[in-house]
Amino acid sequence: MNILVCIKRIPDIAGQVTLDGAETGIDESGLGHTMSSHEECAVELAIQTAAATGGKVTVLTLGPAEAVEQLRAAAAVGANDGILIETADPDAFGPEDIAQVIADVVRDRAEQGQEFDLVLLGNDAADTGDFQVPIRLAYELEYPVLTSIQTLSPTDGSAASGGIEARGIGPAGAELFSVDLPAVIAVQEGGVDPRYPSITGRMKAKKAPIAEYDAPDPGAGNPRMRLELPPEKTSAVTILGEGPDAAPALVDVLEEIGVLR
Amino acid sequence: MTLVFVETDETGAVQLTSAEAVTFARIHAATLTSLLPDGGAATSREVSGTPSGSPEGVVVGPLSDAAVDELGRLGVSVIHHLQHPDLEEYSAAAWAQAIVDIAPESGTLLASGTPRGMELMAHVAVRTGERMAANVIAVDEEGLLRQVYGGTAFERLRLDGDLQVLTVAGHACSPEETAPTTPQIYDYELEVTEEDLRTRATRTEAEAADDTSGLTQARAVVGAGRGVGSENGFVEVLELVDHLDGALGVSRVVTGLGWRPHAEQVGQTGSRISPDVYIACGISGAIQHMAGIEGAKTLIAINTDEEATMVQRADYAIIGDLHEVVGAVNEEIRNRRG
Repeated sequence: MNILVCIKRIPDIAGQVTLDGAETGIDESGLGHTMSSHEECAVELAIQTAAATGGKVTVLTLGPAEAVEQLRAAAAVGANDGILIETADPDAFGPEDIAQVIADVVRDRAEQGQEFDLVLLGNDAADTGDFQVPIRLAYELEYPVLTSIQTLSPTDGSAASGGIEARGIGPAGAELFSVDLPAVIAVQEGGVDPRYPSITGRMKAKKAPIAEYDAPDPGAGNPRMRLELPPEKTSAVTILGEGPDAAPALVDVLEEIGVLR
Repeated sequence: MTLVFVETDETGAVQLTSAEAVTFARIHAATLTSLLPDGGAATSREVSGTPSGSPEGVVVGPLSDAAVDELGRLGVSVIHHLQHPDLEEYSAAAWAQAIVDIAPESGTLLASGTPRGMELMAHVAVRTGERMAANVIAVDEEGLLRQVYGGTAFERLRLDGDLQVLTVAGHACSPEETAPTTPQIYDYELEVTEEDLRTRATRTEAEAADDTSGLTQARAVVGAGRGVGSENGFVEVLELVDHLDGALGVSRVVTGLGWRPHAEQVGQTGSRISPDVYIACGISGAIQHMAGIEGAKTLIAINTDEEATMVQRADYAIIGDLHEVVGAVNEEIRNRRG
C-alpha cells in the first residue's frame, strides 16, 4: 500500500506568542519548528501500514523552503521520499487552496503511474486549527474520508485496491470504520507512539529524494483579516502557603466549593 | 435563520458543548445575521410566530423529551428531527447531507467545536460550497474571532458566503436559559444514498466511552504533569481523585512518556474540560495544556515553581513538592472526616 502523508511546518510554541509587524501572523523569530502531534502519529501509522503491506511512504508539505526539515524528520523515522510544494507565504493559502494543491499532486502522481492508496493527514494543524483540509481534499479527489482515527489495519476490502479498517474515538466510545481504498484519513493523536529517529535513520534521511515544486497562486485565499492576542491576564493568584503545612487551607477551599465527597 | 447542530448523548440528553453552542447562537443571532451579505435581508424561511433571533436546532437520531425541554429552556424555537434506519450508525457524509437538506440558503449554521461538530460542519461547508470557521469564540460587527495556535492567538475573519458555517469553541460561553418556549418539532425521514453511507461506522464500542466521558463530565479534576516523576508517582493524586469523586487528567508529557493512557490527556490534542475545580499538580502550564482547561471555574496549582504559568494563572496555589502537598491534603481530608 503506497501512502501519502501530508504534514505542516509549524512553530514550536509552549508559551505566549507575539505577532509579526503586519499582525497577520505570529513572530516566529527565535522559535524552533516542528510538525503537529497528530501528524507525527499519521507518519507513524503510515510507516507501520506500509511495512505491513509492502508499500512506500511519501511525505508532502506546502510551505517555505525550510519545510524540507520536516520532510527530512519524517524520512528519518522511515518515510521513503518527500514532496515540497514551496511557497514563501504559506499563510496566503486557505484550507480550500491547500486541499486543491494536495489533490493536484495526487492526480499528477497517478497520471505518472504512482498512485497513492491512502492519504493521511492530521485531524487539524496545531497552528491554524482549521479542521477541514482532509475533508475538502477527499471531496476534491472523490475519495471516502474518515476523521479522528487512531489506528489502522489493512483489509481485503471490496475494491481492487483493497480496504482498511480504521478505529477512532467517537462521542460514545470507540468507533470502527471499514472503507475501500483509495481513501483520505485524518489522524488523531493517541493510537500509536511516534518512534524516535535512529542514527542510521538520520543518515538515510539526508539522502531521501525530495521532489520540489513551486506552489501555484492561491485561489480562494485565506479569509484571515488579522491576528489578535487575548487580553493579557494579570495574575490574581492567592498563594495558600508553602509545602504540606498549606494543606488545611487547600482543603478549606475545596470544602467551600463543595467538591469533597 | 440560525441553525444549530445539537449533539445528544446515549441517554438522549443535550451535550454540554451543544448547550453552549445554542446559547452562543441565541446571544449573537442578530450580529451573526448582520455579517451576512446584505445584512441578512435575504434570510429565508423564518418560522412565523417564533421569537425573532431564537435559534433552530437540528438533532439526528433519537430525540428524548428531556432534550426537547432543555432546548426549549435554552430558547430553541424549532427542532428539526432527522431520522432514518440507516443513520443509526454514524456516517458523517450521510448526516451532513441531512443537515444540508434543511439548512437555510441564507443564514448561519453552527455546531460545537467537538470532533463530530468539526467533521460535520466541514462536510456541510464543502457540500454547500461555503467556507468554514472552526473554534469561533466571539463575534462582533467586524466579523468572527476564532482560536488559533491552541488559543494563544485569535484570528479575525469574515466568511463571505450566504451560509456562514462555523463551530463554537468549547466553553466560549456558558449555557444560559431564557424565557422557555415549547419548540415546534419537525420530523424528517431522510433519503440516504449508498455513496454517503460508504464511510459509516461498522461498529461502536460503548464500554470504552467512560474513558473520556468521566473526565469531561467530572465536577473536580486533578491534573498531573511531569512533576509526578514516574509511572509510579500517581498514588497521592489518585487518592485525591477518589476523595473528590472526580477524574484524573494528565498533560501531554505524561501520556508521551507512557505513564498514563491518552484518554486521560487534557489539552489541545486531548479533552477540553470545564470542571468546578481543576487542581494542577506539577504541571507548568504549556499553552497546549492551558487550551484544555480554560473552562475550569476554579484553578488550583500545586507546583515547586512560583513563576510557573500555571501558578500565575491559578486562583489558588501552594508552592511545594506535589507528593508532599497532595499527601498532606489527603491526610487532612481523612482527618476531617474522622
